[in-house]
Amino acid sequence: MELYEYTVHELVEKLEKREVTSEEITRSYFNRIKEKDPEVKAYVSTLEEEAMKKAKQVDEDRKTGKQVSKFAGIPIGIKDNMCITGTKTTCSSKMLENFVAPYNATVIENLNKQDLVYLGKLNMDEFAMGSSTEHSAFFKTHNPWDLARVPGGSSGGSAAAVAADLAPWTLGSDTGGSIRQPASLCGIVGLKPTYGLVSRYGLVAFASSLDQIGPLTKDVTDSAMLLNLIAGHDDKDSTSIDMEKKDYTKSLINDVKGMKIGLPKEYIGEGVNEEVRNAVLAVAKKYEEMGAIVEECSLDVGKYSTAVYYIIACAEASSNLGRFDGIRYGYRTEKFDNLKDIYKNSRSEGFGPEVKRRIILGTYVLSSGYYDAYYKKAQKVRTVIKNSFNKLFEKYDILLSPTSPTTAFKIGEKSNNPVEMYLADSCTVPVNIGGLPAISMPCALDSKGLPIGLQLIGKAFDEEKIFRAAYTYEQNTNFRENKPQ
Amino acid sequence: MSRDDYEVVIGLEVHCELSTKTKIFCSCSTEFGGEPNSHCCPICMAMPGALPVLNEKVVEYAVKAGLATNCSIEKNSKNDRKNYFYPDTPKAYQISQFDKPLCYEGYVTIETEDGEKQIRIERIHIEEDAGKLNHDEYGRGTFIDLNRAGVPLIEVVSKPDMRNSQEVEAYMRKLKSIFEYIGISDCKMEQGSLRADVNVSVRKRGEKEFGTRTEMKNMNSFRNIVRAIDYEAERQIEEIEKGNKIAQESLRWDEISGRTFSMRDKEDAQDYRYFPEPDLVAIRLSDEYIEKIKKQLPELPESRKKRYKEQYELTEKAANFVTSSKYYSDLFEEAIKICNNPKTTGNLIMSDIARILNEREEEPNCIKFTGKELGELVTLIDKGKISSAIAKKVLEELFNEVKMPSKIIEEKGWIQISDEESIKQVVLKILENNSQSVLDYKAGKDRALGFLVGQAMKETKGKANPQMLNKMFLEELNK
Repeated sequence: MELYEYTVHELVEKLEKREVTSEEITRSYFNRIKEKDPEVKAYVSTLEEEAMKKAKQVDEDRKTGKQVSKFAGIPIGIKDNMCITGTKTTCSSKMLENFVAPYNATVIENLNKQDLVYLGKLNMDEFAMGSSTEHSAFFKTHNPWDLARVPGGSSGGSAAAVAADLAPWTLGSDTGGSIRQPASLCGIVGLKPTYGLVSRYGLVAFASSLDQIGPLTKDVTDSAMLLNLIAGHDDKDSTSIDMEKKDYTKSLINDVKGMKIGLPKEYIGEGVNEEVRNAVLAVAKKYEEMGAIVEECSLDVGKYSTAVYYIIACAEASSNLGRFDGIRYGYRTEKFDNLKDIYKNSRSEGFGPEVKRRIILGTYVLSSGYYDAYYKKAQKVRTVIKNSFNKLFEKYDILLSPTSPTTAFKIGEKSNNPVEMYLADSCTVPVNIGGLPAISMPCALDSKGLPIGLQLIGKAFDEEKIFRAAYTYEQNTNFRENKPQ
Repeated sequence: MSRDDYEVVIGLEVHCELSTKTKIFCSCSTEFGGEPNSHCCPICMAMPGALPVLNEKVVEYAVKAGLATNCSIEKNSKNDRKNYFYPDTPKAYQISQFDKPLCYEGYVTIETEDGEKQIRIERIHIEEDAGKLNHDEYGRGTFIDLNRAGVPLIEVVSKPDMRNSQEVEAYMRKLKSIFEYIGISDCKMEQGSLRADVNVSVRKRGEKEFGTRTEMKNMNSFRNIVRAIDYEAERQIEEIEKGNKIAQESLRWDEISGRTFSMRDKEDAQDYRYFPEPDLVAIRLSDEYIEKIKKQLPELPESRKKRYKEQYELTEKAANFVTSSKYYSDLFEEAIKICNNPKTTGNLIMSDIARILNEREEEPNCIKFTGKELGELVTLIDKGKISSAIAKKVLEELFNEVKMPSKIIEEKGWIQISDEESIKQVVLKILENNSQSVLDYKAGKDRALGFLVGQAMKETKGKANPQMLNKMFLEELNK
């Protein structure tokens, strides 16, 4: 078995036992990247020189008996919308193609404290807008299970990298499903934490009230470990919650006896692929066998989520992306005679079509005369959806649904039909609207050999129950025996 | 119709920079000046991914401003984004407040020719200042300085309650005075830390509807505000008299030509697409918090004025003047602790200090000496060491260089001549040289005495003790 095939908790053990060095692990990843990434195309940029230097430093520290974190020297890949000082942060956009971040995101500061090693920055849909990573301004990322198919998005690079062993784990961001949907399509574990659990400082904003950074990992244990490293209050993010730090690995308990699981019927009904539906029903059955109580329930208002999402997310995005104006940094047009032209041409040339579509949509819904009908109404519906979730959680510990209504689709299949693309997120979006935590983990392969993901949704700040249920399922099944070729 | 048939209606939006040490959403310094872009960080430069965190001092200062201007305080407030593109606004939105300002429905009282008048305040909200654009004089382009970007502001929006430029000046001065008293701003108009957008309209007397208003932005001196309003009101009346309509527009006041000009670059009405700032949480204030700030408020001018009249027996005029500025009032209180003579101290401030400031075209905040110096000066007068004429000269000196007055009079040789022998010699000399005046006095012309005393003062370069001179002249003349 190659080093790049291990999970992080296995690598940590090997490092502790001095069976391997960080240099060996890191080298193994860069070799793998050189071999495999030309076809997967997960990385926008790699940081080999810095990474190897860091790995050697950590090995030296371990050797000389210096106190180091158990994660010291573990490599990680970062979605290219999180700032690392001195490295390019492009958001897969022409607008930021040459933007070098002058500061670290808080998640990066947290990882630095543990001496992790950055392999590189991962491809994504431009400014995290999309569900297929086809909207990257640079190149498309391919699904390791079938290179003709999309890896999902927007954290497509982060998911494909883990699935293809191009990184042991990665960070992604999730605004409407951008961690969970690609995790599902790539057959790995992706967690969107509760809104406010992980600092957004240094994450290039798409939709401020929905964005959340989270881990993409090979298994549930790694997910809990990485969440431990990045969660926690940050003075620099007013929306980050001030609560005591938890050790999520304590929730990795192989037992769901008596756990109440709700199965919202809307997410196993119309619009969901039959193979996906059957796989999720099989999961429900498995949970019952393991001692959980599974009941069908209803989240009727959930059907408004996609509409609410595209109003709120686009409204916030239209404002958040205003700073990309060609004045201080980023792309500036060469065609201008006056200020207005700098704005107009820089933005017309620097943004891709999906980003422009959402800016226009967001600008429209905030315009005077339309604000009440769209934005204000969407906020009201958002409250209704939140309340409906809360009601369900009075009765259930967690909710179970598919992560994506379909498995990975073909590159180009939906790229000309934005509405169909938007529906790819219909199972994940309600979770962001509710600000809730949810995990996606693989549960089966469809007839084409593509992974199917299940989604477990928890109450706000109750990641523990999700981890417990996900871990139990993982321990009693064997999806990880499947690997993409 | 004549000018008198029209009524001028004025409303103000006053912007006041708060004197917090750090900016409203980051920890950069708010200090004025400094190398361009030296008080900046990823947050106030709007780097991708940077997030604002509200400086709690800003809320505290704004609540202070609200309480000091009789406003209600919004306990459930929030920030909103005001979206527009301009190079001095790096995020392409200003974080401001839209529908839930921190303070609302207050008033301040001003003195007018017809007595006291209340000017209502519609709202006070917090927001961030923009950066500065420096247009290169050699035409090499425009340079952006973001040192000011993110400096906290309050915007005080008045109701259209003012009817002439004098009322506007009185209102602005009142706000300035209150903000100085409560210590939330240095209110330096010359540095732009206090500035106003002035809305002017006119209507025929008795009409219920307001006329169409024009707005003059960023006015930052009392003189220009008064001139601009007077000019603009006249212009509007003339236009209406000519049968023209007033266009609702933003105007630029040009102080050199003394005219207003249309700002044609401000095209159509902007749609700012306000919406709640998702990067910040709601501002929730408890009753205890508001009560605590209320208790921290220093004594305000109204109360000081009353106390000065009752406790120190100052005249209405003197009490009014001394309390018109925190700087006067603080100077006064510190000085009387030393000299225990409120009347003379008040008079010195009202007449001499105010005159010198006026000559220097300075505001009370420019006074560099303190009550320590002023207190000693009054004591020197009281002890007969100097005359009030010399006191004026000492004050002039104090404006040039802060020194103890006793030191100044010693260095300048201004100590009053109070010994009887010296005074007598002067008196005798003057009497000898002015025999005609002596005859005049004896013939019953009392004015001659004043002339003789004046001559003696001239002879001693103002240093002779005037009371002693008077007494001794009388003695000699009546011999």
